[in-house]
Amino acid sequence: MAGAALLGRLSWRVATVTRVVDETPRVRTLELELPGWPGHVAGQHVDVRLTAEDGYRAERAYSLGSAPGEPPVITVERLEDGEVSPYLTEDVRLGDSFEVRGPIGGYFVWRPNDGGPLFLAAGGSGVVPMRAILRHRRNTMSEVRVRLLYSSRTIEDVIYREELDGEEVVHTLTRAQPPGWTGYARRVDTDLLREVAWSVDDGPLAFICGPTSFVESVAAGLVELGYAPRRIKTERFGATGGP
Amino acid sequence: MEALDGNAIGGILYHVFDREMTMAQAECVCGARGPLAECEVYLGGPGVVVRCRVCHSIVIVLVEVRQMMCVDICGLNKLEVPLRASDQKVSW
Repeated sequence: MAGAALLGRLSWRVATVTRVVDETPRVRTLELELPGWPGHVAGQHVDVRLTAEDGYRAERAYSLGSAPGEPPVITVERLEDGEVSPYLTEDVRLGDSFEVRGPIGGYFVWRPNDGGPLFLAAGGSGVVPMRAILRHRRNTMSEVRVRLLYSSRTIEDVIYREELDGEEVVHTLTRAQPPGWTGYARRVDTDLLREVAWSVDDGPLAFICGPTSFVESVAAGLVELGYAPRRIKTERFGATGGP
Repeated sequence: MEALDGNAIGGILYHVFDREMTMAQAECVCGARGPLAECEVYLGGPGVVVRCRVCHSIVIVLVEVRQMMCVDICGLNKLEVPLRASDQKVSW
């Protein structure tokens, strides 16, 4: 009975790092082993809590980058003045442990029955929950059409670059572009959205994730194009210095 | 300080209300209504400040003080807390 009563409760658990992947010079993916992990929905996140020797604690939220059914994975961008991300991107080693609580969230989530077509817009590490959605769509052989608009500073900052090559992705590189770049090279604006986003007539469902300013401008642009506000899901990371 | 949104406090809200709360419908005193996930959230201070996305007034303040979580919801007309499947209908 005690076990049943605990089901559904959200408690801090000790996660062990079972895999480390360097995505870019500033971004690292950590696969976690979490005993008793109940499984998650694409788009959900976890809270990570670090405790210093003097007892000082810092908590941050990180989106899950793996699909439901896969081991939980977080992808972390190092913020220079961060309290948590420098540890997760530089110091942590295979087999290290820290506290995690989750999965969390019921708003910024996608299940195949939610339909589409899906228009995903990501700024920087806002691509992490989008990968969960893209993978989940593939794993379930969903026929929902999906297109990702992904804004990065430079080509070197593109996270999950190889994996995304297999998806319908429109990149824009806002700070520098490699020689011969033929893609977009500016911040997302309404004209860009008009060219890239699904037509309103298709009844699209939009997910936007990234720095607050990115999310605000994309959401406003989609509303201007006629997207129904209720069909636009947003998740803001705050200021991260880019893209 | 830049605003986040209600997704960022999904864990804290779950801890306080013992259930998923980002989809809970909140009605501001200004009449605006929507899921908590869409509210503006400020995390930089000593507590959590939640503001209405329409009128920007404070709707919820969460502060942890001496093992107590103080939840001030004076800026809300209404907060619809979703029942869990295990919750039983109560007869008064």
